[in-house]
Amino acid sequence: MAKTILDFEKPIIELENKIEEMRQYQENLDIDEEVASLEKKVEDLKRSIYQNLTRWQRVQLARHSERPYTLDYITMMTEDFVELHGDRLYRDDKAIVGGFAKLNEQKVMIIGHQKGRDTKSNLYRNFGMPNPEGYRKALRLMKLAEKFNIPIVTMIDTPGAFPGLEAEENGQAEAIARNLFEMSQLTVPIIVVIIGEGASGGALGIGVGDRILMLENTWYSVISPESCSSILWRSWEFKEQAAEALKLTPTDLLSQGIIDRIVEEPLGGAHKNPKSMANTLKNVLLEEITELKKLPKDKLVNKRLEKFSDMGVFVE
Amino acid sequence: MGWFSKSKGQLDPKTKKIEVPDGKWLKCPSCDEIIHIKTIEINSWVCPKCDYHIRIGSNDYIQILIDPKTFREINSSMKSADPLQFRDTKKYTDRIKSSIASTGLNDAVKTGIGEINGRKVAIGIMDFEFIGGSMGSVVGEKIARLIDKARDSKIPLIIISKSGGARMMEGAFSLMQMAKTSAKLAQLAKSKIPYLSILTDPTTGGTTASYAMLGDMNIAEPNALIGFAGPRVIKQTIGKDLPKGFQKSEFLEEHGFVDLIVDRRELKSKISTILDYLSDN
Ligand SMILES: [Zn+2]
Repeated sequence: MAKTILDFEKPIIELENKIEEMRQYQENLDIDEEVASLEKKVEDLKRSIYQNLTRWQRVQLARHSERPYTLDYITMMTEDFVELHGDRLYRDDKAIVGGFAKLNEQKVMIIGHQKGRDTKSNLYRNFGMPNPEGYRKALRLMKLAEKFNIPIVTMIDTPGAFPGLEAEENGQAEAIARNLFEMSQLTVPIIVVIIGEGASGGALGIGVGDRILMLENTWYSVISPESCSSILWRSWEFKEQAAEALKLTPTDLLSQGIIDRIVEEPLGGAHKNPKSMANTLKNVLLEEITELKKLPKDKLVNKRLEKFSDMGVFVE
Repeated sequence: MGWFSKSKGQLDPKTKKIEVPDGKWLKCPSCDEIIHIKTIEINSWVCPKCDYHIRIGSNDYIQILIDPKTFREINSSMKSADPLQFRDTKKYTDRIKSSIASTGLNDAVKTGIGEINGRKVAIGIMDFEFIGGSMGSVVGEKIARLIDKARDSKIPLIIISKSGGARMMEGAFSLMQMAKTSAKLAQLAKSKIPYLSILTDPTTGGTTASYAMLGDMNIAEPNALIGFAGPRVIKQTIGKDLPKGFQKSEFLEEHGFVDLIVDRRELKSKISTILDYLSDN
């Protein structure tokens, strides 16, 4: 598959290629100093670019086709993963994966949206857009975790719940609503991490928890910038403005009090160093789980309810 | 979230506000019959010729369902703030102002306590005319407080939904109202207080995917559009025309997502019968 290069990544990649070129001649020429100065230039450039991304650029990074997905994190962070399939009602949805895994010694139930990397795997994963059976599978696994007192980690990365005929026939709305209802009462810790795209009800359907985290280059909102543009501006052209208006970045959501924590990504994004990203996330998850396990079950559930009850801004 | 395209500039032709010039006659959007407004009003805003259920607002439902002079509104003064300083082609604050002016309502849901055939209930009724009946912080908070009220007073909860879904102009805040209302309903369910969800035309998006689908019973008016994704979006996705009756009440009943379909003229007596089954056991 061809490498995806975003517009704002281009100047960095050009410089990096130039350094690579110079290195090939390095043996014959004395250009150490020049290479070093170019390397510094790249670092400075990266820092200034990634610290000043527009909201739309952040959305583009969140969708970067080389970003790690749920199964990549599971492979990199956990051991003894046992994937579980099916909702026991209809079938197995490939757009949501889940199962038991261990973060060091800590047992967890990990559930997440799963995208594909190429056309074939994207068709198999339905581009990470679940049908109702995906939400029902997720709930079944969460109930299983609750029964055996195992903390839950969910990973959100979806362009939305699938808007299809069958999805409607099988109760997409009911499946999502049921998950919100049930997740609010589960007696085990739930940690939610937005690892890519958090689009609307399709994201929230596995997103009710005690701690809500976002990786640094992700977005979470009620609608995608494109759809928002098409509805409010009546054209697909205003996605940048829509992204700005929706205030959908991790920094925005932290200041809105909707998320609890931003997890730092490697410079340039999670895809630039997936191993280091996974390692950071693993440590953060262990830290959060340790804290949440200290709470008695009734307090845990009450705090979760209060957390969501407090969300909203209005005047009286 | 296709509601917005419908409510641009003029009012939705399906709402009762489109009237023939002298204001005393109304053209049925379904069969084109010209009917006197009094005739249709005493018929619960249902066309006497073709049974079409005209879209009505919270005040009409109070008239139809609640015993005279028993309705007491709560949290009536709550209004939308503008937490994101949202602006598209218009400022959100201007949209709010003009909606308040044109509808006489403060937001897209009215909540309160009233009696249905002598039985006290906590009732919330959505208004589609207010920014497409969209759910932002105000709708979420008023529903949440209504649920608390039902739980504290141990009286049944009824929510009549009519909504295009979550309100875009409050971004993630709107999305979180789905979680908030659903979590409150879970608490209510633990207290074994009955909750009837009444789904009317149209109920889509985040409203369907939260409290509207979570009734002990989900009751729909006939021929109402009920779904998660809007028909336009689904059509775009699959690239085909949608089957006849897709996402209508009867379709949802057939697929197992509404318990029963009730004609608006029978709604009050049916609610009474059902609440009687759920009480004093
Ligand atoms: Zn008619």
